[in-house]
Amino acid sequence: MGELRLMKGNEVIAEAAIRCGCDGYFGYPITPQSEVMETLMTLRPWESTGMVVLQAESEIASIHMVYGAAGAGKRVMTSSSSPGISLMAEGISYIAGSELPCVIVNVQRGGPGLGTIQPSQADYNQATKGGGHGDYSLLVLAPASVQEMHDFVILGFELAFKFRNPVMILADGVIGQLMEKVELIDQRPRWTNEQISEISGDWATIGKSKVRKKHVITSLEMDSNMMENNNLRLQAKYNKMKAEEVRYEEINCDDAEYIIVAFGSAARICQKTVQIARRKGVKLGLIRPITLFPFPEKIISGYASRVKGFLSVEFNAGQMVNDIRLAVNGKTRVEYFGRMGGIVPTPDEVEEALEQRFLKEDLCRY
Amino acid sequence: MAKVRGAVVVDNEECKGCNLCVVACPTQTLALNRNVNNKGYHYSYMENPENCTGCTNCSAVCPDSCITVYRTKAEH
Amino acid sequence: MSVLTEKINAIIKPENLVYSKSPLLNDDSMHYCPGCSHGVVHRLIAEVIDEMGIQEETIGVSPVGCAVFAYNYIDIDWQEAAHGRAPAVATGIKRVMPEKYVFSYQGDGDLAAIGTAETFHAVNRGENIVMIFINNAIYGMTGGQMAPTTLVGQITSTTPHGRNVDLNGYPLKITELLAQLPGAAFVTRQSVQTPAAVRKTKKAIRKAFEIQAQKKGTAFVEVVSTCSSGWKLSPVASNKWMEENMFPQYPLGDLKDTGRADASLYKVKG
Repeated sequence: MGELRLMKGNEVIAEAAIRCGCDGYFGYPITPQSEVMETLMTLRPWESTGMVVLQAESEIASIHMVYGAAGAGKRVMTSSSSPGISLMAEGISYIAGSELPCVIVNVQRGGPGLGTIQPSQADYNQATKGGGHGDYSLLVLAPASVQEMHDFVILGFELAFKFRNPVMILADGVIGQLMEKVELIDQRPRWTNEQISEISGDWATIGKSKVRKKHVITSLEMDSNMMENNNLRLQAKYNKMKAEEVRYEEINCDDAEYIIVAFGSAARICQKTVQIARRKGVKLGLIRPITLFPFPEKIISGYASRVKGFLSVEFNAGQMVNDIRLAVNGKTRVEYFGRMGGIVPTPDEVEEALEQRFLKEDLCRY
Repeated sequence: MAKVRGAVVVDNEECKGCNLCVVACPTQTLALNRNVNNKGYHYSYMENPENCTGCTNCSAVCPDSCITVYRTKAEH
Repeated sequence: MSVLTEKINAIIKPENLVYSKSPLLNDDSMHYCPGCSHGVVHRLIAEVIDEMGIQEETIGVSPVGCAVFAYNYIDIDWQEAAHGRAPAVATGIKRVMPEKYVFSYQGDGDLAAIGTAETFHAVNRGENIVMIFINNAIYGMTGGQMAPTTLVGQITSTTPHGRNVDLNGYPLKITELLAQLPGAAFVTRQSVQTPAAVRKTKKAIRKAFEIQAQKKGTAFVEVVSTCSSGWKLSPVASNKWMEENMFPQYPLGDLKDTGRADASLYKVKG
């Protein structure tokens, strides 16, 4: 068993990055995730593992530093919160277009604009539908615990290199600030130059040797046919993610008449709602998408003909509910409940919402 | 007639006829050809080859790296 | 065969070769307009990298603008940066591979407008990179719009009546500003309109790469350049216009050559 510690979600991002052999972190302070860089700076990994940590002048600069370092075949990352992620949208689009691997953490806060520093899940659409310009997708992981903040840094780098694609860890202020027990992996070495040559030697800009052609990291292509081919290659990659990387958790769905779909901290609250509802005799289940892209549409569509309704619970105005509706494709009712402004609903509030939207009406019908 | 001490070879197809080498040439060796290349540019050529000293001024200012310069080592 | 042709052919022999295209420049025709300064500066960079024998250790960062395709011409590894972000991209590359040579190549819109923040902060951190800055006082790629370095009264497609300070502000002398930053090791302004100027610029670029090897801080080389198409002048007339109008505003020469500043000058007392 690895080392056990009581840690904040944000702190564990830093700890996991160092321990998994990350080569570099480039970031800019923003609430509620500043502890990520603060922890890194305190731990000084450049003296232990050789990991680079740099406070950039902006989120724009951070993401383009990530672009440069990722282009060198290194395992690099950044973290920010919603307004900062909007600034990074340009760089994320370039990284996706140039097919570079990296991990981007978004510890979401409420918007739009400067919004609030309280937790939110209002960047669901931004994260899962691209967020920047052009046809691209991130692979989006939604942690619901401090342990998953740790695990998804490691998984994030694996997936980023498997697909040569940016991976986003879409957390929120709750998970970022929450303290929980976490089991840490043992320190792993950073990749050596030889390993990087082996893993990414056919594309990374690590210096052109005389025996190979030059490598160019770019998203630019002036020939429309070639550009369409690039787009098709990206789409094929996203389809491969859909086929191979869907992750979700099911709780009490076997006999469920109603299913809540919720991710991240909303899913933690809804787990309690399931217990409350079941005590009242309502057969309620929970599906927690762990990958938001690829979205677990098959499991949802599988339940669509068996349940009386889905309730999407989100800390936003109803974003994931549209993906559930697409998956359900009219086979059953899909409703939304959520709070905004940084308000985190209680399990009872969610249960009440379920009753209002489904049970009262369903009872009247009989 | 002056002794021929240098010579340049212009890659006619790469030359865009910008005229910078002609102006940079201190011995009036170069001029733009009345003929054009496949892109329609009046390419540079040695109009007065006997003037060339192989000084490399033309190749220094050439934006398209299309001039190769030769110079005899010994004076004739 | 005439006597003259025979004489020429006698000279054109490998043993008499004094200048040929750098082996690091490939056979792709450059997409630049006739007379464009970019081609000269590309060649100088290729020659310096070749002469220093650092082809296998150099990574270039190309900008958005006319030089976006710089990666097509010089035979080294390249990254193409988003508009203005080349200094950040170069920082990322250099920080994770400090043993490599990294240089950015940017125009005036890229470096001095949209990328001002990235430019200033890379230099202020004293990143051990080379920054090449092509200042031709206009946006070439997008069709001749006003640049931050466009001169007062200069006509561009977005200042069709001439740049007016009331409307557009003043030409930005960013190189002078960068020379003030403690992270700057070497800041110079050069040009490539004459053979002598070209040779000086090559020396400056060589020096900039050597400063990178010595980890002295940021080496910044501005090249005051022409844009015949944007200025709507012939290449030869462009050089004359540059000398008459650009040089008084952007005087040539070294602005700083001290290495980056001693940190103790800036340290808190306790």
